[in-house]
Amino acid sequence: MSAGTGAIRHRGLRFEEPLIFEQGAEGKTGVDLPDVPKIKDRLGGLARKTPIGLPGLSEPQIVRHFTRLSQKNYAIDTGLYPLGSCTMKHNPRLNEKLARLPGFGDIHPLQPESTVQGALALMERLSDWLKALTGMPAIALSPAAGAHGEWTGLMTIRSAHEAAGDARKRVLVPDSAHGTNPASAAMCGYEVAAVPLNARGRVDLGALKAALDDDVAAFMLTNPNTCGLFEDEILDQAEAVHEAGAYFYCDGANFNAIVGRVRPGDLGIDCMHLNLHKTFSTPHGGGGPGSGPIALCEALVPFAPVPYVAEGPDGLRLVESDASGTAFGRVKGFHGQMGMFVRALAYILSHGIDGLRQASSDAVLNANYVSAGLADLMSLPYEGPCMHEVLFDDAFLKDTGVTTLDLAKAMIDEGYHPATIYFPLVVHGALLLEPTETESKESLDHLIATLRRIVERALAGKPDEFHAAPVDAPRRRFDETAAARRPVLRWRPPAAEDRAAE
Amino acid sequence: MAELRYSEEHEWVRVEGDIAVIGISDYAQDQLGDVVFVELPEPGRAVAKGEEAAVVESVKAASEVYAPVSGEVVEVNEPLADDPGLVNREPTAGGWFMKVRMADPGEVEALLDEAAYDSFVSGL
Repeated sequence: MSAGTGAIRHRGLRFEEPLIFEQGAEGKTGVDLPDVPKIKDRLGGLARKTPIGLPGLSEPQIVRHFTRLSQKNYAIDTGLYPLGSCTMKHNPRLNEKLARLPGFGDIHPLQPESTVQGALALMERLSDWLKALTGMPAIALSPAAGAHGEWTGLMTIRSAHEAAGDARKRVLVPDSAHGTNPASAAMCGYEVAAVPLNARGRVDLGALKAALDDDVAAFMLTNPNTCGLFEDEILDQAEAVHEAGAYFYCDGANFNAIVGRVRPGDLGIDCMHLNLHKTFSTPHGGGGPGSGPIALCEALVPFAPVPYVAEGPDGLRLVESDASGTAFGRVKGFHGQMGMFVRALAYILSHGIDGLRQASSDAVLNANYVSAGLADLMSLPYEGPCMHEVLFDDAFLKDTGVTTLDLAKAMIDEGYHPATIYFPLVVHGALLLEPTETESKESLDHLIATLRRIVERALAGKPDEFHAAPVDAPRRRFDETAAARRPVLRWRPPAAEDRAAE
Repeated sequence: MAELRYSEEHEWVRVEGDIAVIGISDYAQDQLGDVVFVELPEPGRAVAKGEEAAVVESVKAASEVYAPVSGEVVEVNEPLADDPGLVNREPTAGGWFMKVRMADPGEVEALLDEAAYDSFVSGL
């Protein structure tokens, strides 16, 4: 609808970009194809009878459309990305270079094993590193992302219990766990029961013990938890969980806080997923697929999914079916996110164990630096130092008329991606900030100064300014309620809209 | 209108004979923010006191609604499907969730009265 685009106003070099369907016009095309030759129709009446409805655009129009859309992204490559429990850290370009080496980038999963020995060796080497870092004896690389890893881990646990004739029906999840944990447990067919926190923001050990019985399959802990705190009673938790015959699952999404310092296997963890796209710097948040390998204790190894790499008579080979019949099978097509394995191993090898240890230490230091820079103005629900992320509640906003949401919108006007808000649910009006080790002291000072300015404005009592934010963004604040109640999920041609309105 | 009794989970109950009309409190709707979806139980379902009976979803969070009394669900508030905003606008009137035929009307006595609930909420 070229008529409509004429009314759109660009500002400066910031473009208003219509939908691709609104720009298309019949007859425009990037390439000219010859007329379709006359052929005998063998589709048995299944041939399409209506137009397919693809937009018609020339090549330069397409290039501009997608380039302009890409310029609207806010990414870790454009600025600080403090989204809590997401570990939005820099993706080193060395990783990208190595992932594009022909021996990794140009191979096919169905190639003969003898021609991909290097790729198999890389998978084995990555597994060895992840085993060393977790202190656990086995790794399954194939899960596609964190929640898929959770589900795979729970399926492994379910298989183990069922094989022992001890099928169980419940999974315990504390209030400070990642939101995907109860969803994964429910997806796996378990009932989910919540475990409350104590006044220190950690799992209430007494409540955990009371909730454990012989119907509990697993306890799913996130450590450090989503309050940004290390679960310092984890050894007692492990003992209680194991006494009940349950497995101890750990959500590894916050592993970036403890890599090289703590081995979860030493703490009694039986099963844990690792987010390569968080902890090990592979791109995410729209930049690339996730990858969520799981680490397993000895008792769970027989039930691990296939495939995995093993030594064979002619070098390395992929074990793709399980001879003993105890494994529950495959969770993903082919072998997992190979490109992410390369990037993660590149990150690990370029840092070394000392570098990994320093990265996790710096991540914790940075979060505590932000905490210390804001503690006098904002309110911290729990005492003591935090780990890789700092959690504020909204007590400091009491009676200002400004909410956590308003604060997040105000951050956009100041050039920042907002922090995580209203999560975890255990804290009122939560604001969860994770700066990661990527940020320099100057960058953190700028963030702190900006947040101080925003909060001082809120405390000075000008709520209306906040309710209007964001003012300078390409789009103003949208109506979240209308978006949820009456979502517009697909574009319809204007003619169809008119008909619908009649 | 008969008086309301409240649970500490922020549900209210209004007794009409052996029927308990159940909803969520004004405080609860205010904390949730704009409600965008309500999942109601099937009529005929038996609910036990303290058991999850419905789910309310707002722009901020999804929360369980627990049955404040035991019994059988006899009717649910169908209009909430198309207009979940009723929960925000009229939490203790048009925004009711379900009607339950009570198994033990005595259970209502254990719930908080308006004054006790107000003082409970002010302590939160």
